[in-house]
Amino acid sequence: MLATSNEFRANARVGLANPTLQSALGKMKVGFPTKRAEAVAKLPEFDALRDQARDIKNHVLENIDWYLERFERRVNEAGGHVHWARTPEEAREIVLGICRRLGARTVTKGKSMIAEEIGLNAHLEKHAIEPVETDLGEYIIQLRNEAPSHIIAPAVHLTKDAIEADFRRAHSHLDARRDLTEPQSLVAEARGILRKRYFEADVGITGANFLVAETGSSVIVTNEGNGDLTQLLPKAHVVLASLEKIVPTLEDASTILRVLARSATGQEMSVYTTFSTGPKRPSDLDGPGEYHVVLLDNGRSALLGTEFQEILRCIRCGACMNHCPVYGAVGGHAYGWVYPGPMGAVLTPSLIGVENAKPLPNASTFCGKCESVCPMRIPLPKMMRHYRAREWERRLGTRVSRLALGAWAWAARRPALYRFAAARAMSALGWLGRRHGSFFNLPLASGWTTTREFPAPQGRTFQDLWRERRRAGGGR
Amino acid sequence: MSDTQTRARPRVGLFATCLVDLFRPSVGFAAAKLIEDSGCDVEVPEGQTCCGQPAFNSGDNADAAELARRAIVMLEGYDYVVVPSGSCGGMIREHYPELLAGDREWAPRARHVAARTWELTAFLHEVRGLRIEGVRHDGVVTYHDSCSGLRELGVKAQPRALLAGVAGATLKELPGAETCCGFGGTFCVKYPEVSDKMVSEKAADILATGAGTLLAGDMGCLMNMAGKLKRMAMEQGARPVAVRHVAEVLAGMEQDAPPIGESK
Ligand code: SF4
Repeated sequence: MLATSNEFRANARVGLANPTLQSALGKMKVGFPTKRAEAVAKLPEFDALRDQARDIKNHVLENIDWYLERFERRVNEAGGHVHWARTPEEAREIVLGICRRLGARTVTKGKSMIAEEIGLNAHLEKHAIEPVETDLGEYIIQLRNEAPSHIIAPAVHLTKDAIEADFRRAHSHLDARRDLTEPQSLVAEARGILRKRYFEADVGITGANFLVAETGSSVIVTNEGNGDLTQLLPKAHVVLASLEKIVPTLEDASTILRVLARSATGQEMSVYTTFSTGPKRPSDLDGPGEYHVVLLDNGRSALLGTEFQEILRCIRCGACMNHCPVYGAVGGHAYGWVYPGPMGAVLTPSLIGVENAKPLPNASTFCGKCESVCPMRIPLPKMMRHYRAREWERRLGTRVSRLALGAWAWAARRPALYRFAAARAMSALGWLGRRHGSFFNLPLASGWTTTREFPAPQGRTFQDLWRERRRAGGGR
Repeated sequence: MSDTQTRARPRVGLFATCLVDLFRPSVGFAAAKLIEDSGCDVEVPEGQTCCGQPAFNSGDNADAAELARRAIVMLEGYDYVVVPSGSCGGMIREHYPELLAGDREWAPRARHVAARTWELTAFLHEVRGLRIEGVRHDGVVTYHDSCSGLRELGVKAQPRALLAGVAGATLKELPGAETCCGFGGTFCVKYPEVSDKMVSEKAADILATGAGTLLAGDMGCLMNMAGKLKRMAMEQGARPVAVRHVAEVLAGMEQDAPPIGESK
């Protein structure tokens, strides 16, 4: 997927001017946080679980090589295969190779952000293999030829009315007078269409929420059950996962599962939590004939041991974006690549290079809400600040902001000069603003004054006044 | 007052912050009065400029560290450092130690200052147990919780407890009081459209409370919200709302200055 992250500001303007998006975001930013808050309130040990979840992943990240090799051994023992992919290209070729060997024409897909990251759909289509998205949200955006705008709710940028219009356009073979006003009728229609496709597919591709080292299992959580049909019916099940999905034991997976759904949708558990270990065994009634795990690195191992290691604890719950006021204003597409919101502002520069995602770490007020809700206690603002520091070192910011900030810091190091200049500037501004109390227009602050008044200063500086009053003995 | 009692009064260094120093000295005087009322001696250390947060948040760690070291020298001799801002208070208390962590000489000094630094309302309520008496504000007020104060320093109950002592004032809680107003320092000029969207929603929430006065503890957020509310009043005929730093009301010094963005 080609990144437009450097055009964040222009992308954001498009999002701000899109009424469908704004209406959808208006619902989202109330719905998700309310549900999470209710779920958290019902679980007194939630914060203790967050600590445990964080510690589990920290331990894994310190010993990731050992756990990954253990995982591979267990997968092999269960009759499956692990494929190591350093780059998106390698991962795509591995998947294509499996599909070709099995003569696949259609593949069904459960939700996978890794598939987005490696641009899998376009690659398969280029080789005449049709990918069919089976998650309702993914299905909708596939119809629209769009990228997901959220990591757990890919079509959250759309309203029900917009989706109804898409369905009428895409499913023109169905009765035009059918009633699609209820969300349930949209779900039923998509189900009806997808049912047939599950049986046509030769390969089923899913993501993974966890990879369990002790058993060699992959775990997915879904609410629609589409993942199960995707992975059980075809000849082969291909799991796409990045390295950091690994956890040591089933017990650890359960611990993290307890914070995952609550943080994501406010559910105690997702409707389906599916553990898969190897292909169909002789005694199994059904299941895939082959089981493959494609383990993608794509720059993640390079984060180990750096100030960005902690982002690898992320379990993709989406809480940070659900609670982010910037995401809530501009939507996920503004971030210009696969991962939006606060976690995307850290992960995107980590994976595609900060020079290709310069605005993302800056597009935050550092309000800290994301960190306060992250179940894995990832210090997202701190890591965005680390990226700002890298940008500063490499002079990637705009010249104007660099000059302005440099001048401010220069003056702030020289109190006498600062005092002299400040007194004059504030007296002039205070005088100019004395009638109206604020400015409708300030030449160097038009970003502010286009939509807001700029309050005028009172005219004297506090330090001058304080000194004066002290000297006069009239102050306190 | 005997000598011993005089000496028992803690010495407080008031770090006014650049926005109070430059834009709103009345907040500095209100803060000083409140700190004195709480039984402390107040000094305003000479040569105050900027705590370094704009540099720090822009990734300019060298300049930020330089400004942090200057501030530490200025502030390390006081019993307490009090800041009428959760944002600058958070910078000194949370980020100076982080910024200077690798520096053997400065790290302990940063931690020393950090441990003595308080946001104004937290200091008055938690450290000094101040009770507001003999102060009046007739009308309904609402309160915005600025992000750094709230999430870095846990400032939430303190200003409310103090406001409860103000006669005539009713606090109407602001829905979404903990949601960012969109100021964010340089954010508001780097991403003005996004910032405006955020402050527009904040202003709508404020107007919906019906409160005549909006209070908060951070000048940056206050200027942002006051600027938006006033523009909405000018252009859309929205109801005017008086915007003030909470210290001005608590100190009973509202008559000393018109609300933020208003003229005499
Ligand atoms: S960063 Fe935290 S809150 Fe955001 S998706 Fe990852 S785990 Fe969830």
